[in-house]
Amino acid sequence: MCNSRGEVVLEARNFSRSYGEVKAVREVSFSVLRGEIFGLIGPDGGGKTTLLRSLVSLLSIEKGELFFEGRSVAREPELVRRRIGYMPQRFSLYQDLTVEENLRFFGDLFDVDRKEAEGRIEELYGFSGLKPFSRRRAGALSGGMKQKLALSCMLVHSPRVIVLDEPTFGVDPVSRSEFWQILFRLREGGTTILVSTAYMDEAGLCDRVGLMYGGRILASDAPELLNSRFPRDLYGIRTGQPHLVLDALEESRLCGDCHLFGEGVHLTLEENRSPGEVEACLRERNLGWTFFGPVKPGIEDLFLLLMKGEGHGD
Amino acid sequence: MGIREGSAAVEVRELTKRFGDFTAVDRVSFTVGKGEIFGFLGANGAGKTTTIRMLCGLLAPSGGEGSVAGYDIIGEYGKIKGRIGYMSQKFSLYNDLTVGENIEFYGGIYGLTPGEIRDRSGELFAIIGLEELKGKLTASLPMGWKQRLALCAGLIHDPAIIFLDEPTSGVDPLSRRNFWKLIYRLSDMGKTVFVTTHYMDEAEYCHRLSIMKGGRILEMDSPHALKGKYGAQNMQEVFLASLKEGS
Repeated sequence: MCNSRGEVVLEARNFSRSYGEVKAVREVSFSVLRGEIFGLIGPDGGGKTTLLRSLVSLLSIEKGELFFEGRSVAREPELVRRRIGYMPQRFSLYQDLTVEENLRFFGDLFDVDRKEAEGRIEELYGFSGLKPFSRRRAGALSGGMKQKLALSCMLVHSPRVIVLDEPTFGVDPVSRSEFWQILFRLREGGTTILVSTAYMDEAGLCDRVGLMYGGRILASDAPELLNSRFPRDLYGIRTGQPHLVLDALEESRLCGDCHLFGEGVHLTLEENRSPGEVEACLRERNLGWTFFGPVKPGIEDLFLLLMKGEGHGD
Repeated sequence: MGIREGSAAVEVRELTKRFGDFTAVDRVSFTVGKGEIFGFLGANGAGKTTTIRMLCGLLAPSGGEGSVAGYDIIGEYGKIKGRIGYMSQKFSLYNDLTVGENIEFYGGIYGLTPGEIRDRSGELFAIIGLEELKGKLTASLPMGWKQRLALCAGLIHDPAIIFLDEPTSGVDPLSRRNFWKLIYRLSDMGKTVFVTTHYMDEAEYCHRLSIMKGGRILEMDSPHALKGKYGAQNMQEVFLASLKEGS
């Protein structure tokens, strides 16, 4: 980890951004600290991409302020573009160039000295495992390898801060896990990472996260601390018929919240209701279960709860 | 159109596909029952898509045999076409048509008469909850509703089996649950649901899962049994552990 941890590297203060009538980002404030992995977690259409694009100076700033290392993104876009590595959702690799040619090209683009670039490219091969494919055309790589190459390309100029927009989208769990291993190694080297994802389970891999929905950051903290913010006792039921259990419980009005969760449901109780009443309700309808008891809330439980406060339109 | 009397929804034995020297699908056998929600997992390049393309009659197997809805995937694929539906994460809806017009359009593609489309879409809209949105422009729908509309389009010809390709990736947790409630209801009605996904959350909702690697099926069981076998907390752990063991 880096010594200067605690220093704010990226910051948004009351930042808002609209496209015509649509308010994509609404009064967002948050900061990313030196040497951490900060995750913006949330579904599509929540404002993640708009926020990231604004932070790397690619969108005009209308309301609020954005800072990179204490300097205004609006006033010094050139500085931001030179210092931050940004990997957009739809990255552009040159499909007809080989892996190595792509890496060299991005080195030239960022004015990296050729010699220096050679060394850096070797180092990046160490991270990505792409060395055996250095002479393969980018167009002929698998999805997971393309992602690693795109990441490597934006690292050729050794940025100390990187911003990644849904880098693991559509990639299988093995490649996703390998990609995160690379991010951990970059963090060890002192790189600050801001990453967005719609995969809730990736929250646990970040040092801190912001849960983003409807243009707002609904909550922000270390993932384990966020989970402890769940305000009520959460129960889980495991059953072979989750949807029937859900229907029964929704009808019973015993639960504050009740949601499908894999092979079962998660629920909170209405005030003055007891777990025994839930069991009785299920028994009455001949619904069986293999587990019923308290469970630890996860990010998804919290997200569902916070969404409710935002008036989900579904 | 339904499944042929006495047949499984999907059944393949020793199904194989070779492209030159490369064996994409290697002697795969499995059976999916009527009303089952069957998850099809695997790393990129594991052979999932190739298998599905063979099931849909888009690709001829190099070996083995299979049937979908009781019809042979080699000799009777014409009969299979009308009995399967397909919905992808990258679904194609016409944004400048209304919800109702999109469904009419898909009904027309499947050769339904206007009367059939009316009856069938009325039924589906009631189940899926699209009734009130019929006159709305598709472009104006939130993502979660577009997804349900795409599902509706895939069901307009009343297929016995529906293939879902990463149906809810990128959708908020509540919309995803609403979508899966529908899937359970379809399963209760006897529809067979075949899901491919990289989204381990989605995998947890399936009755049974298979995990593929290098053209072979490594595991096939309920999510609960698989988690037990690997001593894992979630499907992500199962997935990574099973692939490691299978290498």
